Amino acid sequence: MNYSYYPGCTLRNKAKDLDRWARECAEVLGFHLDELNDWQCCGGVYPLGSDEIASKLPSVRALNDAKEHGQDLVAVCSACYHVLKRVNNDMANVPDIQTRANNYMALDEPYKGETKVLHYLEVLRDRVGFDELKKKVVKPLSGRKIGAYYGCLLLRPSGILAFDDPEDPTILEDFIRALGAEPVIYPYRNECCGGYVSLKEPELAGSLCDRIADSAKGFEAECLVTACPLCKYNLSKSGKLPVVYFTELLAEALGIKEDDK
Amino acid sequence: MSKQSELIAEISGVNPLKCMKCGKCSASCPSFNEMDIKPHQFVSYIQRDDIEALTASKSLYKCLSCFACVERCPRGVKPGKLIDAARQLVLRQRGQEYLSPDEVPALLDEETPQQLLMSAFRKYRR
Ligand code: SF4
Ligand code: SF4
Ligand code: SF4
Ligand code: SF4
Repeated sequence: MNYSYYPGCTLRNKAKDLDRWARECAEVLGFHLDELNDWQCCGGVYPLGSDEIASKLPSVRALNDAKEHGQDLVAVCSACYHVLKRVNNDMANVPDIQTRANNYMALDEPYKGETKVLHYLEVLRDRVGFDELKKKVVKPLSGRKIGAYYGCLLLRPSGILAFDDPEDPTILEDFIRALGAEPVIYPYRNECCGGYVSLKEPELAGSLCDRIADSAKGFEAECLVTACPLCKYNLSKSGKLPVVYFTELLAEALGIKEDDK
Repeated sequence: MSKQSELIAEISGVNPLKCMKCGKCSASCPSFNEMDIKPHQFVSYIQRDDIEALTASKSLYKCLSCFACVERCPRGVKPGKLIDAARQLVLRQRGQEYLSPDEVPALLDEETPQQLLMSAFRKYRR
């Protein structure tokens, strides 16, 4: 199975591990990520203003490219996924945005939100299946207690993202279980790490991250797992727990990456 | 409604009149302690047309766009979108940007992800 793949700017630089292991694990699991040609950065945040068009166009182009390839579009970064999925929803359901974006882009055939956007974790859950994943694990992460950190961008607003239950998600815990480790459930797993405020208000982001990491530690997590480079950056700064990308754990369990913990 | 509250309504697409003042948004907000005007109060200020106070509020730069309030509001009011629209209103006036390229180098470290810069520029500049 081939998917169109939108890596995102951060995965090309600071988050190379998130990208590399996503691609390599895909091959082990029997699917392939075809990187889109000429994708542009999505901007990292969904433009909330209802009159914004220009800032959505890079996402629309990526979505349309996937459509032209006849493929679903996969993202690994939580933020890319969030932005792509919300822009896609606009293109499908908000006539004003649909018309204006299409007028601007002048495609042969207008884009109307046809592409299905998937997070890599959804591919694992819904296409590969966690039971199948479990069978492919050669180095189970036995005895490791891992706290899933969802943050916000994967879950909310749930009406549009429809990724998992926004208040009681299970996908990362099921993923952790499939790899043979023990998921740690803690109350702050879907609280925001501060996101972009860490640039100008580092104390605010710091106090939010401390609260999240303390909560996870209180339930005996040894590390946190995330799909978002910004979550990883913010949480790592607080320095209370190691933070890893989910694709790193996956690669370890599939036996293609040494545990360098 | 003043021109400015009309603009906020238009940018946000939110109808503040639906608010039933239950306070759930503020109870959900991770930045509550940092905000001089709290999320549920934001809604009331707009209802009252007190836009000047909102555009001067430091809450505009404390909101994380985490959508917790948007998710949990029982009336679909989306206070986080109102805060974002009020910030947009301020940023769209020339010279009111919250992040200037000159200050960026000093804010970076070895690990800063591109995503952080991109997002901050989106949120803090026109
Ligand atoms: S979400 Fe982040 S990593 Fe993804 S493309 Fe946008 S800015 Fe870059
Ligand atoms: S938790 Fe923070 S970085 Fe992660 S998705 Fe939310 S705002 Fe973004
Ligand atoms: S949660 Fe919604 S209804 Fe309740 S106070 Fe906030 S905006 Fe109003
Ligand atoms: S979106 Fe802003 S106001 Fe709403 S809960 Fe998050 S930080 Fe608070």
